[in-house]
Amino acid sequence: MEEFNALMQGFGVALSPFNLLLMFVGVVLGIIVGVLPGLGGANAVAILLPLTFSMAQQPGGTTSAIILLSCIYWGALFGGAITSILFNIPGEPWSVATTFDGHPLAQKGRAGAALTAAFTSSFFGALVAVIMITFLSPVVAKFALEFGPPEFFGVYLLTFCAFVGMSGENAFKTIASMMIGFALAAVGLDSVTGTLRLTFGFTSLLKGFDFLIAVIGLFGIGEILQTLEEGLAFKGASAKINLKVVLETWKELPRYWATSLRAAAVGCFMGIVPGGATPASFMSYGMAQRFSKDGKKFGTGMVEGVVAPETAAHAAGTAALLPMITLGVPGSPTAAVLLGGLLIWGLQPGPLLFIEKPDFVWGLIASMYLGNIAGLIVVLTCVPLFAAILRIPFSIIAPVIMVICAMGAYTVHNSMFDVYLMVVFGVIGYIFKKLDYPLAPLVLALVLGDRAEENFRNAIKGSQGDLLVFFSNGLVGGLTTLALLLLFWPAIKAGWRAARGKR
Amino acid sequence: MESEQHRSAASVRAVEIGVAVVIFLFGVLVVFDSYRLGARWGDDGPQAGYFPFYIGLLLCLSGGVILWRAFRNTGLAAESFVERAQLKLILTVLIPTVVYVGFIAYLGFYVASILFIAYFMKRIGKYSLLMAALVSVGISVAFFLTFEIWFSVPLPKGPLEAALGLG
Repeated sequence: MEEFNALMQGFGVALSPFNLLLMFVGVVLGIIVGVLPGLGGANAVAILLPLTFSMAQQPGGTTSAIILLSCIYWGALFGGAITSILFNIPGEPWSVATTFDGHPLAQKGRAGAALTAAFTSSFFGALVAVIMITFLSPVVAKFALEFGPPEFFGVYLLTFCAFVGMSGENAFKTIASMMIGFALAAVGLDSVTGTLRLTFGFTSLLKGFDFLIAVIGLFGIGEILQTLEEGLAFKGASAKINLKVVLETWKELPRYWATSLRAAAVGCFMGIVPGGATPASFMSYGMAQRFSKDGKKFGTGMVEGVVAPETAAHAAGTAALLPMITLGVPGSPTAAVLLGGLLIWGLQPGPLLFIEKPDFVWGLIASMYLGNIAGLIVVLTCVPLFAAILRIPFSIIAPVIMVICAMGAYTVHNSMFDVYLMVVFGVIGYIFKKLDYPLAPLVLALVLGDRAEENFRNAIKGSQGDLLVFFSNGLVGGLTTLALLLLFWPAIKAGWRAARGKR
Repeated sequence: MESEQHRSAASVRAVEIGVAVVIFLFGVLVVFDSYRLGARWGDDGPQAGYFPFYIGLLLCLSGGVILWRAFRNTGLAAESFVERAQLKLILTVLIPTVVYVGFIAYLGFYVASILFIAYFMKRIGKYSLLMAALVSVGISVAFFLTFEIWFSVPLPKGPLEAALGLG
């Protein structure tokens, strides 16, 4: 099959010594970052993105750069599990579900088993997702070549409506969050009409708000502030992971094959339909609890309770890259940052990328396989090392994290204003998290806002102002209808229930 | 004494209402500016304010709904958004951070970082001045080498670097 050939070529690109080195560096960095609260996957990629500018200028450099950044992503996915299990501090939002059974396992002295289970499940979930990407993405990309502005807008609409529809009772907070993102995206110079929007005379707002600053502030500073509520220290269980424990756990894992497959499926789906790794992990945990024979024992330290969320979270995190490379629609905040990176390097994510830059795309996909293998090896061998990072006294590590965040914020546009903004976003992030305002829609809207609007405008211009252009053919019509359905789903459900109740 | 520490600094309801009001006002701001730019159909397509206008409307709508819900849900008044002790902890980190960021513009990144890290070590970690100074300077120098030399990414510098001829 031609996909296989393309993949082999991709491996050729990915297996250069430089890229392999970057893979390991990326994974290690990612794990460290995943372990530290306040420097999450999205955040770390955001901070390191400006540093890749010089790398991206060289030939083949963009491939190396994306390999580095995506390996940081995998590393962070692995690393989040370490703090969840050992310290009951989810290093990433999607590792929250891992704490439910992971930490009790650690407290029972079975930290090694929990960690092994988590890492192996993550690897499995990511592998399933990457295989799916390998075969599905060329198909989707070819399909998406037929897309015009109305279709692209339809996809964006579907993305955003899915967020609202799946947010349950939080729908209005999701809408508010999303609209804030859109509003922030609209600030600055409007490329089409050349007018300044929402700047109110402030020249510093000319360039608008950069999503990287928002991400570093919201997910970085905001998360640190939230962790502080528990006290100015990170206390946790010790981790002893040796070969015996690893092998024992590996023997136990195949028992949960059904859970793993189910979780991987949930994860892949949630990654593509932008839901993200976080809801995927929760959903998978809930499903595993319901379907498992030991369901009642979940929460006390069941290995299965670690397998389910980790497999799903990794599958979702990886699957989120599928819509990103094929359609240019990121399925998660970190994918959004990676997308931003592609744009900054001058690449156009979307169906044309497969045709114009196959080396890049397949090199990236090949590195997903390799990066995950590298990640698993690194993480299994070095867990105590990484766990020890959190033993560095808070009074040293907290300011250092802040310094790194400030540095990251500054290097985006060489602007101090951005650093101040980062702090403001940090406070907003803290308040929003506590009030259950979801941050992912905000970031996605900030990243996609301009493009969504551009496609909307082009679509409408093409149809001379006729809004029905969004139902003009089967594809667009389908997308729009599905979007509206998802948007009003909670209302439909409630109405349905009320109608049935009256009988 | 325990109840004093766990006393709430703000109720969930109060903060919910506050945030909803801010969102609503933000929406009003967006609507106003969009109106100024023109939110209707121009000669060749939607005017600049078209898209933001509806965004602003949705902001007002969602802000309003959240506000109304928060008003009605008086049970939230009993829930604590953040306890006094927790707020103190947060401010212990937030305020020095704000000061740090403020200083970067005047002292340059590296010097400000040295002061920031040293402050934390001394005040919160209770380390000796010598330890604090050693570690903070060490870390800053490491950052300097990484960023200026390895990655060639310039960070703002201040009078010290100028005096040392490193600017």
